[in-house]
Parts: sequence; structure tokens; C-alpha cells
Amino acid sequence: MSPADFPTTTGQTDAAASAALLRVRGLQKSFGSNRVLESVDLTVGRGRVLALIGPSGSGKTTILRCLNGLELPDGGTIEVAAAVIGDRAGGGITTGGGAASSASVTLDFAAKTSPKQLGALRDRSAMVFQHYNLFPHKTVLQNVIEGPVIVQRRPVAEVTAEALALLARVGLTDKQSSFPFELSGGQQQRVGIVRALALRPQLLLFDEPTSALDPELVGDVLRLIKELADEGWSMVIVTHELEFAREVAHEIAFVDGGVIVEHGEPKQLLRHPQQERTRQFLHRLLHPF
Amino acid sequence: MIQPDWELFLGSFWPMLDGAVRGTIPLALTSFAIGLVLALVLALMRLSPKRWLSAIARGYISIVRGTPLLVQLFVIFYGLPSVGVLIDPWPSAIVAFSINVGGYAAEVIRAAILSVPKGQWEAAYMIGMSHNRALTRIILPQAARVSVPPLSNTFISLVKDTSLASLILVTDLFREAQQIASFSNEFMLIYLEAAFIYWVICLVLSTGQGFLEKRLDRYVAR
Repeated sequence: MSPADFPTTTGQTDAAASAALLRVRGLQKSFGSNRVLESVDLTVGRGRVLALIGPSGSGKTTILRCLNGLELPDGGTIEVAAAVIGDRAGGGITTGGGAASSASVTLDFAAKTSPKQLGALRDRSAMVFQHYNLFPHKTVLQNVIEGPVIVQRRPVAEVTAEALALLARVGLTDKQSSFPFELSGGQQQRVGIVRALALRPQLLLFDEPTSALDPELVGDVLRLIKELADEGWSMVIVTHELEFAREVAHEIAFVDGGVIVEHGEPKQLLRHPQQERTRQFLHRLLHPF
Repeated sequence: MIQPDWELFLGSFWPMLDGAVRGTIPLALTSFAIGLVLALVLALMRLSPKRWLSAIARGYISIVRGTPLLVQLFVIFYGLPSVGVLIDPWPSAIVAFSINVGGYAAEVIRAAILSVPKGQWEAAYMIGMSHNRALTRIILPQAARVSVPPLSNTFISLVKDTSLASLILVTDLFREAQQIASFSNEFMLIYLEAAFIYWVICLVLSTGQGFLEKRLDRYVAR
């Protein structure tokens, strides 16, 4: 299977651009008079992992939320390339939930965006939340199959088998009938990840996935994310864990003041930051006292 | 020492129970069911970003809560005929009580919907749900749990308020009591007996509330 054609609106012809899964250009967002995103450009290749780091209030979470249509940007474009049919992103999960979500999608936020377009964007990505946001009135298994069965209208038997396989993989087979409140934070977050995977997204979005966890539970969740990255899932991760970002990401972008101040390979960016703002941020994180 | 007339007490029990079974209880159940549907619609209007929808709901709730139930009943039963709208006692009572429950329960349901964390909406949207589907499958089931105690209050108040329907000639528990009391002259005995039957009905309802809460609380940490 060859990668589906990617609309080369900007005339880019190099191989990297044609393999791009996600392309964001000039993303802008204000809350009232507070300009949160000035103008954000970023590209994520297929099977690549981008980590967003930066001080709180820098806009990194807002970028992520825009990618899932949870925030409506004021301007800019978001493009997600067509799914590669039959592409197995890992763990036996085929990406591209249904036929409707396998085509490429381009949203230009300068124009008015319809709920349908936002839905199309949402179909292509799945998010893992900082506070898990599991549905408390549904069991673990029900949490996982809700989207595939109710929204994507896939057969219950097939979805259930897939969900159980995913739960087995994260070691939660015996918790399938439990309610979220009966689980530890780490277990809840693993269910959150399984819920996202079960949607068969092309792109996984992680919003500070370990920030709400007790320190001893962080490792399990980070290890799982690392495994998924190694299997070839495309991801954008907002994180404060620099060590983890260095391990898992192909690229790190430092966000501050609503722009991407600089980006590059993890080693390069963390060891030899080019911008003063990046240097200051890293220094504060590495030398808090 | 006044000797209670036990024969009268027992003899009047059956007509009163009959009034409860054929008047009070169906009146309360029907009005509550209609009122809840109305309340849900009003709550959603109140929460709508469309200002005019929200304003209509707010106005409705303000009027219903700001005027006595007895006055509302009288306007519908005795007032409307003078502008050519004649409604029988039963439908009048159901209309009045439904409107009233709608106003009170709307605020309960609105608060319950608002009590569900925003992250639940976001997770529902994330898995691809539309607003309406998120509401019915994710938000309302959680709001239901929160609203059982206050809605039970509303229902129990309604059961007792139905006694006002006797004043627009609906044959209910209290109307039976009034009739028995007036021909027997045993006001104390008969009205205490009526109070006792209302109390028993409300006890049953409270027990039901307990069961319902337990059932809906099974997914909540204690």
C-alpha cells in the first residue's frame, strides 16, 4: 500500500512533507482579549512522536485541544492526511475508524467551521486526558466500547473482542467489569489510553497523561506510551517529563507565549537550545532550587 | 375524656383509601411524569446559548415559583371559563400540577446537569459524540443520580399538594375526608386519619427513593 496522496497546497515536494500525517499552519486562538496562540505551525509525520513542552499557560494544551476540536481556533489551518488503508499502527489495531474517517481532511479556521467538519477532525484523533475523564457510570469495558459501538457503529462482538485484547495488553483483563472509581489512577489512565486506541485513530493526543498520577504510578503509564510509540503510532504529547520526552519523542517543540519558540530533535533541543527562552525554561526545570 | 369513634375511623378508612388510589396517587404520578418532561425541556432551554430560549424558560420558572399553587389551580379551573375555556376538574388539576412541577424540577435538573464535570462533555466529544448523544448517554445518566434526592422532595411535596385539588372538586383522599368529617362532625379524628394516610404514602415514597439512590450510587466511591 502506498501512502495516500497528501494535498501539497504549499508546493512542498520533499519526501518528509508527503509523509506528513498532520500539518498545522498559523493556528491562532484567543480567549476574550487573551491571545493564547499567536501563530502555531507544526508537522507530525506518520509514525512520529512530537512532544510539546513549555511553561504552564504557554498554550501547549490549547494546541492539543485544537487538534481534537475541543477548542475552536480563530484562524489557521489543520490538515490530516488520508488514512493508509490497512495500515496497522500496532497492537493489531487498524487505523482509520470507519470509511468516513479515512479520507484526508483540511480545516481552514479563517472561515466558519461547521460542527460536521470539527467532527471529521475529531474522528481522526483520540485524546488521553490529564484527569482521565472516564465515564464513571460505565464499566471499564463499556468505557472502551462506547465510541466504537455507539458512534462508529461497528459490530459489538468485534469491538468487544478488540477491547478485551487491548485491556489484556495493559494488564486490566480482570478489571473489565469494574467501575472507574474502583481503579487506581494509573489503572484509570491505562483505561483512558485503551479507550483512545479502540477508536482506531490515526493520531493519538496525550494531555499531560501522568500529571495527575502518584509518582509511583507514573512509570507504568509512560512505559505503555513508549511501547505504543515504538509500534508506530503517531502521537502528540504534552508533557512536563523531560526525560520521557527525550526517550519517546522524535521531535520536541518548546512552546512559549503562544508560539513554537524552537523545535528539533530531543537531544539537540534539550542539550543545545538555540533560544534564550528555551534555555531559561530548561534551566528552571533542571535546577529548581 | 373523649372516646375515639373507632367504628367511624375504620368505616371512613376505605373511602379515603379509595380517594387516594383513584385520586391522589394517579394525579400525583401523572402530573409528575408530565412535569418532569416539561422540566427537562425547560432546563435545556435555560442552558441554551440562545438568549431568547433561556429567557423564556427563566420567565416561566419565575412565574411558576413566584405564584401560589392554589392561585394557579383557581386561575385554570375558575378563571379560564370566563374567557371561554372550560376544563374539567381532573384535567385542570393535572395541567396545574404539571406546570408547577415543571417549574420547580427544571431548576433541579439544570443544576444537576451543571454538576457533571466539563471533562465528561469533552470525553464524550472526543469519542465522536454529538451534543445530543453526549447529553443522553453521558451527561443525563450522571445528572440523574444527583437529582434523585431533590426530585424526590418535589414528588413528595406534590403528593401532599394534590390535596388542593379537592378545592376544584377533584375526588381525592382529602375530599373524601372533608365529606366524612362534615357529616360526622368528627373533624379531629378524620383529619388525623387523612394525615396518617398521606404520611404512609410518603413513607413508601421515601423508601423508594432510598432504593433508587442505592441503585444509582453503585458506581460512586463511598
